[in-house]
Amino acid sequence: MYNYPDSGGHFGPYGGIYMAETLMPAVDELRRQYEHFRDDPEFKAEFAYELKHYVGRPSPIYHAKRLSEQFGGAQIYLKREDLNHTGAHKINNAIGQALLAKRMGKKRVIAETGAGMHGVATATVAARFGMECVVYMGAEDVQRQAPNVFRMKLLGATVVPVESGSRTLKDACNEAIRDWVTNVETTFYIFGTAAGPHPYPMLVRDFQCVIGNEAKVQMPELIGRQPDAVIACVGGGSNAIGIFHPYIDVEGVRLIGVEAGGHGIGSGQHAAPLTGNAKVGVLHGNKVYLMQDENGQIVETHSISAGLDYPGVGPEHCLLKDLHRAEYVAIDDDEAIAAFDALCRFEGIIPALESSHALAHALKIAPTMAKDKVLLVNLSGRGDKDMNTVARIKGITL
Amino acid sequence: MSRIQAVFEKLKAQQRKALIPFITAGDPDPQLTVPLLHALVEAGADVLELGVPFSDPMADGPTIQRASERALKHGVSLRGVLDMVAEFRQQDATTPVVLMGYGNPIEAMGWEAFAQRAAAVGVDGVLTVDFPPEESHEAFGHLETHGLDPIFLLAPTTVDARIAEVAKLARGYVYYVSLKGVTGAGHLDLSAIEQKLPALRKHISLPIGVGFGIRDAETARRVADLADAVVIGSRIVQEIEQSPRERVVDNVKQFVAGVRAALDKK
Repeated sequence: MYNYPDSGGHFGPYGGIYMAETLMPAVDELRRQYEHFRDDPEFKAEFAYELKHYVGRPSPIYHAKRLSEQFGGAQIYLKREDLNHTGAHKINNAIGQALLAKRMGKKRVIAETGAGMHGVATATVAARFGMECVVYMGAEDVQRQAPNVFRMKLLGATVVPVESGSRTLKDACNEAIRDWVTNVETTFYIFGTAAGPHPYPMLVRDFQCVIGNEAKVQMPELIGRQPDAVIACVGGGSNAIGIFHPYIDVEGVRLIGVEAGGHGIGSGQHAAPLTGNAKVGVLHGNKVYLMQDENGQIVETHSISAGLDYPGVGPEHCLLKDLHRAEYVAIDDDEAIAAFDALCRFEGIIPALESSHALAHALKIAPTMAKDKVLLVNLSGRGDKDMNTVARIKGITL
Repeated sequence: MSRIQAVFEKLKAQQRKALIPFITAGDPDPQLTVPLLHALVEAGADVLELGVPFSDPMADGPTIQRASERALKHGVSLRGVLDMVAEFRQQDATTPVVLMGYGNPIEAMGWEAFAQRAAAVGVDGVLTVDFPPEESHEAFGHLETHGLDPIFLLAPTTVDARIAEVAKLARGYVYYVSLKGVTGAGHLDLSAIEQKLPALRKHISLPIGVGFGIRDAETARRVADLADAVVIGSRIVQEIEQSPRERVVDNVKQFVAGVRAALDKK
């Protein structure tokens, strides 16, 4: 029976609570509050209400027939998280944590963001529940995801560009942690992915499991059975763990996590700690596979997709890799762009560059499979935010 | 008796308080680190905290972040820092050296290999900011085997039960972080420290050092009235950052000597 994490937040050898002492009581308080409210009928009812009426859940599953025919082989189905309010799966978790913040009496929320989708989701729930909101975003990401920066500002959030280090997601995380340690008594840190110190990997997973729980009901309605494989992109891994976790005990369903291969695993310029066989290390509160040099310094990662551009990965994915319950592969920048184009042209859906990685792997393996096989791809977000990046790659000035 | 214990017993007999300066190894460049350590001792330091640079110093403010970046630009690694301590020990056999930093460089080297080498070169204590007691048992077993003291941080937010837990594991001295925030922040509250110290003393028999936010000799003296040791980091790192290279050692020495004089004033 698969039952993780343990009481200390360990997923086998991964996870845990590696935090500075000032934040330990805050992390512990969050754990106690979450353990209290996770089974509270009133909390669950409010969460379900918000997901249905505010987010627009359940998100549909769509059979991408033209795309499947074009590539031949297995049928591709898309779990349409891109249709959620704010355009990605991130809102599921942001609402869950905002409801906790409300119950804990916190009036100020902070977040880190890479692609900006978690920042937008956090700014959204802060507006929805009347909380002050500060979002930390790497200065490089502020540039490549400009539309999302504007969205956050429209929603009333303060966006702080982070100039230190590689000026991407990991540095935004560092800065959010520094804010939290300074304002710990007034502030709730709405962490965006299923990583970080316990209880975040568990809590974010639980809030995102709505994706997989819905899919488990929807797939039999659509095709009379569960899919042969579930495919999702993995940066920190919250959309992936949300759709994988309910399927862990379901036999015969392959779980495939797709990391950002950047310029290729061989180039070293990627963001694929699991596929690239990174060493295990400690960063941002947890022990995980972590891209680092031989001296334990974290290395700069590369991905076309800001949301996947992170040197670590959630601890539960590390465990699922070791247990061989999930497989992890990498998709290069070029392959992701090709998949992005294909979904635009054949289905009229503009996917996020993050989700395009998952789709690209589906398009890679579908032709090798029989026509009656089914691949369920988590289309974790929509691509409006990526217009500038895609235009630049294609040499177009907007 | 360990070097750290010996220092605190000597100071206690003299009714003096310990001065613990912090510098980042390799800042502003690796050649200046050992001269800086000797200068700190000459200026009156009792224990030396030597920062191991890390790419993602989450608990540090901008000043020490920049120090880490400068050191990493020179390729300073944990092994390099240990070599610096070995060089320092050739001329100073008595002043305790505590390495302070984040866990991952040690994880990468391996705790056993690290502890063995650290003990061999004359390191006395190890403070890993992001390894709380919950995650420390196995790692710190290696430190204990080699006679290295695990130094722990306590914070204004630390509750009684955690203080007791830390008291069981801590050796050498305990470092009380005097404010909620990162290193170098500037709003130290003396009355809050005064209120918290009895709760710490209830469980902790080791000397208690106070740091974070101490920026001048006068504040240091007032903190020393309450605690056993005063830790000064960002203010010294700022001196290093703002001095021309040829003045770095002298300017740091002058600043620390000023603090020492204030601490010893009757």
